[in-house]
Amino acid sequence: MKWKTEDGGWSPYLAGALVGLLAIASAYATTQWLGKTSYLGASTTFVRAAGLLERPMAPDHVEQSEYFTKTKVRVDWQFLLVLGIFLGALAASAVDRSFKLEAIPPTWARRFGRSVGKRAVWAILGGIVAMVGARMAGGCPSGHGLSGMMQLSVSAFVALGMFFGAGVLVAALVYGRRSS
Amino acid sequence: MSREQLFGLVTGVLFGFLLQKGRVLRFDKQVGAMLLKDMTIFKFMLSAILVGMVGITLLADAEVITLSHKSMNLGAVLVGGGLFGAGWAVMGFCPGTSIGALGEGRWHAAFAVVGMVLGAAIYAELYPFFQKTVLAWKDFGKIGLPDALGISRWIIIPVFWAITLLLFFWFEKKQV
Repeated sequence: MKWKTEDGGWSPYLAGALVGLLAIASAYATTQWLGKTSYLGASTTFVRAAGLLERPMAPDHVEQSEYFTKTKVRVDWQFLLVLGIFLGALAASAVDRSFKLEAIPPTWARRFGRSVGKRAVWAILGGIVAMVGARMAGGCPSGHGLSGMMQLSVSAFVALGMFFGAGVLVAALVYGRRSS
Repeated sequence: MSREQLFGLVTGVLFGFLLQKGRVLRFDKQVGAMLLKDMTIFKFMLSAILVGMVGITLLADAEVITLSHKSMNLGAVLVGGGLFGAGWAVMGFCPGTSIGALGEGRWHAAFAVVGMVLGAAIYAELYPFFQKTVLAWKDFGKIGLPDALGISRWIIIPVFWAITLLLFFWFEKKQV
């Protein structure tokens, strides 16, 4: 086991453990200085982004929507967290020169070719299904997978099992053995 | 920018930095995990969970922070979790990593982001329907494993550590 990978990255054990420390520090800091414990998560922000985009077009519709009312369409702590992920990844990849403009993921290209249009259609369809599922389940691999597991939530164990169970099954069907 | 937003931004930058250094933002890593060929994602997530669960439990025991379990709503978690997994395999990103992948230049992740914003809008429209159907089956409420099993968290955590460490040794032996 090495602490650095060949391309200048860090061992996933090290980077992961540091995320564990970040989650603890963040839970402490948000409780102390914002008055409410916040846990790492990402998928609720997509609901708020959808609400913010819909509001100028159909203000009454968003106003009356039960789900948008429940979720509260505003730029909150998690919304900035998600924007921060972009900036942090940009900074890290710029520093170690792993930043790379990529139009097609290599694994996808080996199986389905280099058509950007085809990749776009499937990524959008996959994204729709995944987000409907994440909001139904109440979280994603961050909210359930990291934060829920750290709190020993029953829902997190079941959700994470379903995420990977369905993921393994569908990945085998979609990418088959030809991707190896 | 409010203090709340500033805290979120700083936490997010650190989170994104670590996700990128751990090399878990890539489509190939995520699909590689689901094809059981590349264990990077498992190593990363489980390491975060091992460290996080000790600190979070200690702070919650000391009543410094409050736990916030998500509801164990049977239909929601089973059906929603299954849909998420299926979409995740095709898309190759989860919500947090899609944004991070954009940051490291993998601009095709923008399609995944567009899909997920659409998915969120669709879920908001279908929410009243789901409330009467999938979400209405059975709700066990916001429960933690220690209460559900009647076992102390200070037994569950060492057992979880032991199983996970065995898994890590196996990953390293297999070189995956």
